[in-house]
Amino acid sequence: MRWRVGTVAETVPETPVAVSLRLDVPDWPGHRAGQHVDVRLTAEDGYSAQRSYSVASRPGAERVELTVLRIDDGEVSPYLTTVVEAGDQLELRGPIGGYFVWEAADARPVLLVGGGSGVVPLMAMLRHHAALDHRASVRLIYSVRTRRDILYRDELAQLAGERRSVTIALTREAPDGWSGHVGRVDRDLLSNRGWPPQEKPRCYVCGPTPFVEAIADALVALGHEPADVKTERFGPTGGA
Amino acid sequence: MGIVNRGFQGRQQQPGAGLIPPGQYLVDDFPVLTAGPTPSLDLDDWDFTVIDESGAQVARWTWPELRALPVEEITADIHCVTKWSKLGTRWTGVAVDTLLAEVETDAEYVVAFSEGDYTTNLPLSDVVDGQAWVAFGYDGADLDAEHGGPARLLVPHLYFWKSAKWVRGLRLADDDEPGFWESVGYHNYGDPWREQRYWGD
Amino acid sequence: MQYAPLDGNAAAGILSEVFVAEMTVATTTCATCGAMAKVGQLPAYLSAPGTVLRCAACGAAQVRVVRGRDRVWIDLRGVQVLQVGVESA
Repeated sequence: MRWRVGTVAETVPETPVAVSLRLDVPDWPGHRAGQHVDVRLTAEDGYSAQRSYSVASRPGAERVELTVLRIDDGEVSPYLTTVVEAGDQLELRGPIGGYFVWEAADARPVLLVGGGSGVVPLMAMLRHHAALDHRASVRLIYSVRTRRDILYRDELAQLAGERRSVTIALTREAPDGWSGHVGRVDRDLLSNRGWPPQEKPRCYVCGPTPFVEAIADALVALGHEPADVKTERFGPTGGA
Repeated sequence: MGIVNRGFQGRQQQPGAGLIPPGQYLVDDFPVLTAGPTPSLDLDDWDFTVIDESGAQVARWTWPELRALPVEEITADIHCVTKWSKLGTRWTGVAVDTLLAEVETDAEYVVAFSEGDYTTNLPLSDVVDGQAWVAFGYDGADLDAEHGGPARLLVPHLYFWKSAKWVRGLRLADDDEPGFWESVGYHNYGDPWREQRYWGD
Repeated sequence: MQYAPLDGNAAAGILSEVFVAEMTVATTTCATCGAMAKVGQLPAYLSAPGTVLRCAACGAAQVRVVRGRDRVWIDLRGVQVLQVGVESA
C-alpha cells in the first residue's frame, strides 16, 4: 500500500481541542466505514513521525475527513490541529483495516460505543447509515468528559431519528438540565440504551484501551457473543 | 522522499554536533518502548541467575543478595535504535563484572534473558571490563517498572535494545544466538557509532 | 501503570506493506497454545523498535515485524497457521 498526498481543503474546529481536516485526495480509492489512514509528517531534516487516524467521512463523501484530538504533549496532533491550514499537503497511507468496518450489506441492528476520539470511526458508520437511509437500526452510546468535548454535537442531534439513537454520557461534569446520561458507561446504560443480546446486534467499541476493554467485557457479561463485539483500541490516552 | 511538512519539527532537538551517534536526535523525556506487557514482579520471587555454557546454574542472587553487592553510580549516554538519544543519564547498579567474578567460562557469548520472552545476545567481552551493569536505580530513584524495573541490563555503548528490561539472568554460550530483535532484522551487534541498526549494516 | 496495548488494527498499516490480503481479518492459530483469533484482535505493541502481536490467550509473541530502511522483516514463528480469506473459487 503506497503513500498518497492529500491537500487540506478545509479545517473545521470541532471543539476547543479538536479539529477536522477535510482533504482532497485525487487518487483516493474509496473506503469502508470504520477504516483508518496512517498520516506521515516529515520535517526538513528528514525526521518523520507517523500516526493513525480513523476516517470520519462516510464512504463516497467528496473529501476524506480526519478528526484529530489535540494531545498537549503529543508530537503530531498539536501540529495537525494548530499549524496545518488549507492548502497544506499531508502524506497518508490507506484506507487501512478490514476488521473494524460496518458494511451496508449488513441488516443486523448495530450498537456503537465510543469513548472520546473513539467516536470518529463510529461517525463514519453513522454518516454512511444516514446517507443510505439504511434499514438497520443503529444505537450510539458516546462517552466524553464534558459537554465541551462532544465531537459533532450538532450533527449528532440532527442524525438522531427513527433508526438512529444517540446517547451521550458525560463522565466528568454535566450542565444543568442535561438530558443525557451522567457518569461512566456501565452495564445498566449498555442495557437500557443498547440492544438486548437476543437482537444479536453487531457491536463496535472504540476509544482508549481501558475504556474499550471495560465496555467489551461488559457487553459479553450482558450476553452478547464475543464474536459480535468488534473493538478498536486507541492506546492509553486515545492517541496523540 | 515525498513532501516536507512546513513547520513540523517533532520531538527532537538539534543534534549536538559530535556528541551523539549518526542519525540520532536528543530528547528531553525518556520514551518507553516495549515488546510486551510490563511484568509485575514480586521481589520475594525475583532472582538473577548466571547459567554457563553447559546449562548449569553457576550463580544466583535473590533481591536482597543482589542489593548487598557493591553498587556503582553510572552516568552514561544512551542511544535507541529508534533514533532518540539521552545524554548523561544517571543509573545505580551492580557491575556485570561483579556478577561474573566467580564464574569460570570459556564462552564467548552471552544471552541476557528477561521476565517474559525477551532476550538479547552480546559478546561476553562487551559486558565485562566496566561496560555493563544490572541497574535498579535511575535518576536517583528506584527504576520504574515501565523502564525495566526492578532491574534491567545496562549496556550503554550499544543500542539500547541490548539493555534488556526486566532482566533475570545471563546465559553464557559458545555460539552467538540472536535474540528477540536480532533474529528479525536488527543488527546482531548494534554499535550506534557505526550506525549498526539492521542486518547487513 | 500497566502499559495498555493497542490491537492488531493498529498494525494493519505495516502489514499492508508485506501482505496483499487485508490482514486484520486473517485468523492466526497460536503456535504456543493453539488459540485462534482474528489478527485485528490480537494485543499489539507498536512502541517497540518493531511491532509485536501477541496471543490474547497465552501472551506468546505470534508476529514480530521490523521495518528497516528498505526492507521489512516478519517473524511468524509464533503462528502455527495463518488463515486468509480469498475469493471463492
